[in-house]
Amino acid sequence: MSLYGADYSVPGDKEVTYKKVGTRRLFTNPDADDAREYFRHKSRKMVSKVTTVKEAISSLVKDGDYLGVGGFGTNRIPAALLHEIVRQKKKDLGFSGHTSTHDMQILISGKCINRCDIAYIIGLEARGLSKASRKAFENGEVEPTEWTNAALAWRYKAAAMGLSFIPARNMFGTDTIKYSAAVEMPCPFTGQKYVALPALYPDVALIHVHRSDIYGNAQFDGIAVSDIDLARAAKKLIISTERLISNEIVRQKPDQTAIPYYLVDAVIEVPYGAYPANMPYEYFSDEDHLKEWLAAEKDPETFEAFLQKNIYGVEDHWGYLEANGGTKKLQALRNMERLTEDMVKMDEKNNA
Amino acid sequence: MAEYNRMELMICLAARAIEDGSTAVVGTGAPCAAAMLAQRTVAPKLMILFEAGGVGPILPSMPISVGDSRTFHKAIDATSMPDIMESCQRGMADYTFLGGAQIDMYGNINSTLIGDYERPKVRFPGSGGANDLASLCWRTMMITPQDKQRFTNDIDFITSPGYLTGKGAREAAGLPRGSGPYKIITNLAVMGFDEETKRMRVEAIHPGITREDVIENTGFELLWAPELEKSNPPTQEELDILRNEVDPLRYIIGRA
Repeated sequence: MSLYGADYSVPGDKEVTYKKVGTRRLFTNPDADDAREYFRHKSRKMVSKVTTVKEAISSLVKDGDYLGVGGFGTNRIPAALLHEIVRQKKKDLGFSGHTSTHDMQILISGKCINRCDIAYIIGLEARGLSKASRKAFENGEVEPTEWTNAALAWRYKAAAMGLSFIPARNMFGTDTIKYSAAVEMPCPFTGQKYVALPALYPDVALIHVHRSDIYGNAQFDGIAVSDIDLARAAKKLIISTERLISNEIVRQKPDQTAIPYYLVDAVIEVPYGAYPANMPYEYFSDEDHLKEWLAAEKDPETFEAFLQKNIYGVEDHWGYLEANGGTKKLQALRNMERLTEDMVKMDEKNNA
Repeated sequence: MAEYNRMELMICLAARAIEDGSTAVVGTGAPCAAAMLAQRTVAPKLMILFEAGGVGPILPSMPISVGDSRTFHKAIDATSMPDIMESCQRGMADYTFLGGAQIDMYGNINSTLIGDYERPKVRFPGSGGANDLASLCWRTMMITPQDKQRFTNDIDFITSPGYLTGKGAREAAGLPRGSGPYKIITNLAVMGFDEETKRMRVEAIHPGITREDVIENTGFELLWAPELEKSNPPTQEELDILRNEVDPLRYIIGRA
């Protein structure tokens, strides 16, 4: 290398050798032109997309579809949309297990998924492991392919960029790459070895946000996790929002738009739509309910009654919220999120 | 001398291993407690990163999730997972802390499964961000209990890379140059890695622990530093901070 800038010469007609190290199945088509063909026909009309949870799930999620879910497991997840998928008994779904915790636990409870790109599954972080989710993988009910959080985040990014793959430097030398569907290849400029991660274009993505207008111009607060790329990677996108806002408010601060309307197929106003997850600056996670869910999974009869009470036996998310303490509970969760005394009390109780 | 439990000791030893002015990607639990203690003692300018996007929060209490709102409470940035992971890939993350069900003598870690891939006897959550952080951060640390089942060369699945098969193996496999496992802190000892072989090497053993205790609780042959040190127990100051400021509800230190 020279002192002033690199003098790497790009190899001329040298053949690029790549090595298929991953042995597992690639569940989605990474082809960039196929994706372009789909997006070519996606509507660009800025018309109202406001609908109901029921209608959005029944018209936009088909049996066998591959799903990507926004948020981070127990934080800003589209819980109301996921419950409706279970209620409508959708089957044979593919799932991107990107930091998935309670979101996957909901879908597993309805036996909705049969294949999964795994980064993080079955655990609820510090809260422990989901027995039902664990069983689904130990019994082979769900076909796995291993990845990592960054791998899935970058697979969304590759799709968001309109590409078929993206190079990265993780996963080398491990069983994680062996049980993935990744390929190793050299950099054409430096010869550096890279993992080629195939683009992930989900059939449908579900994202819960703080605010959206009727067209789907959506804003959220706090960390984005991978939602900026997921929203762009997905062929169809359903947005649930804490509240609908006017298009004028969007236009006053356009820098707040994380997801522009032309990515969005449906918008539904669902207050507390992430419950029992944490919605930043709005409400904290319902730790008691999450504990109850984990405990209920340990006995099949108890779990059936639990699902009847919380999903199958209720009409919608309002019914679910009512069944778990209603507005009084929700106010307590709002107080906890604001770091008032209640949170300290909850912590003391959880620790007892 | 102050009374302490083994979790408090491990957290103190981990905190002391962190250099001031560095960055550390942490999860929930003991690593988060170690980082918070380091900020209040040896490394006031330590920048804490969470893989879901939180940067430099003033943690009001222990997070339950690496993406819950406490991970960006009064933070300097609430960004995204790709942004954090890309910072790691760019070489901006100095430390990370990982956990796991098994670790071998090269510091390779299993957090995926026990048994066969198709029909695992026990399935665990998998990599999450662990493989990424072990691949891309400069120095990987682990706080873990030590026993023969956990410290084994019969590792069922390598989720996250340590030194793989020895010196030079990480670079040959394609991993970033100069990165890898740094310290393994257990209830018995502190281990580093031998420069020549990249095998796990005992650097210090804890008060009241013998060489034999360490050997009996390890499923592979350990290397030993020529001048074996004795771990310094927590000071009263460290314990006060840990108990009163970092983990007043004893979420983590109560687990010992």
